[in-house]
Amino acid sequence: MVRVGMADMNICTAPDAITTLGLGSCVGIVLYDPARKLAGMVHVMLPDSTKIIHNENKAKFADTGIKELLEQLLHLGASRSRITAKIAGGAQMFGFQNASDLLRVGEKNVEATKMQLKALNIPIIAEDTGANYGRTIEFYPETGELLVKSVGKEIKRI
Amino acid sequence: MSKHNFSQMNDMQFDVLKEIGNIGAGNATTALSQLVGERIDMKTPNVQLIDIGNLSDIVGGPENIIVGILITLSDEIEGMMMFVLEQSTAHFFVNILMGKNLDDFSDFDEMDLSALREIGNILSGAYLSSLSTLTQLNINQSIPYMTIDMAGAILSVPAIEFGKLGDKALLIQSKICEDETEASGYFILIPTENSYSKILSSLGM
Repeated sequence: MVRVGMADMNICTAPDAITTLGLGSCVGIVLYDPARKLAGMVHVMLPDSTKIIHNENKAKFADTGIKELLEQLLHLGASRSRITAKIAGGAQMFGFQNASDLLRVGEKNVEATKMQLKALNIPIIAEDTGANYGRTIEFYPETGELLVKSVGKEIKRI
Repeated sequence: MSKHNFSQMNDMQFDVLKEIGNIGAGNATTALSQLVGERIDMKTPNVQLIDIGNLSDIVGGPENIIVGILITLSDEIEGMMMFVLEQSTAHFFVNILMGKNLDDFSDFDEMDLSALREIGNILSGAYLSSLSTLTQLNINQSIPYMTIDMAGAILSVPAIEFGKLGDKALLIQSKICEDETEASGYFILIPTENSYSKILSSLGM
């Protein structure tokens, strides 16, 4: 199993699988070329690199992270027109009602992720985002299936 | 750009933050002693700057289930304060506070959860009031929010805030002892970049 840390990205081909553990307000994005059984995953923490001074790590931000992951996949021979996305995470871990902006970062990460994917013309074919709990995700390029595991909940396959 | 860069902290600034951690955690321990009516000792806290990606390793890895209590800060210091503890420590606190057997590890009920939230509130309040006294800056704290979930998910919240400043997080580990039992909790103070600068400036840095 290929691991992806926080603010990190990695690539994986079948029969291997790729995972990121304990997504909270961060968003995990999988880009996938089904014909090549080639996938990449990025674990982004913040929506917008242009609003942050220290923005060297591309994998930290939804805008630069998704672009960089796409480039790496294309470089490895993925077809631009076949690539689809699955996304998970972006929970609001604390403070449910009338939360301040500070606590709504998950929601903003999801918005920025969708905006970036739309700008790059990559369709989102499955998502499990929002709510108030953490998620561990595993992606299997062999089947294109994304497993979402949470504490005290059934495993979701999307 | 502010003159205090979180990722490039000098020794003197680090020592000052360490001292804030010391005094804050000391006050918090005294408050806890008064709350439970028993003597509780604190070991010298361990203060460190760690990579945000490794934050969850301190509490047993990203999938370990922990308790996180979060308070947001406003007024002259803005940001958030988080108190995280492992489930065993949470049980220890609840058991002494609620007068249960120390080896009771049954699931938390509503009363236990509200006791835990209150513990987080009192500890953070004591910590923040010493920070406020030291810096002469007003701090307004929100109600405590609590979640029990995977460490990675809970710590993503402070990690994201630190992520805006750089790639490091400031962590203060307080070990709290009561007789033979040793419990360990972590305070994570997450000032905004502006407030971080204000804290250091107010202390003559």
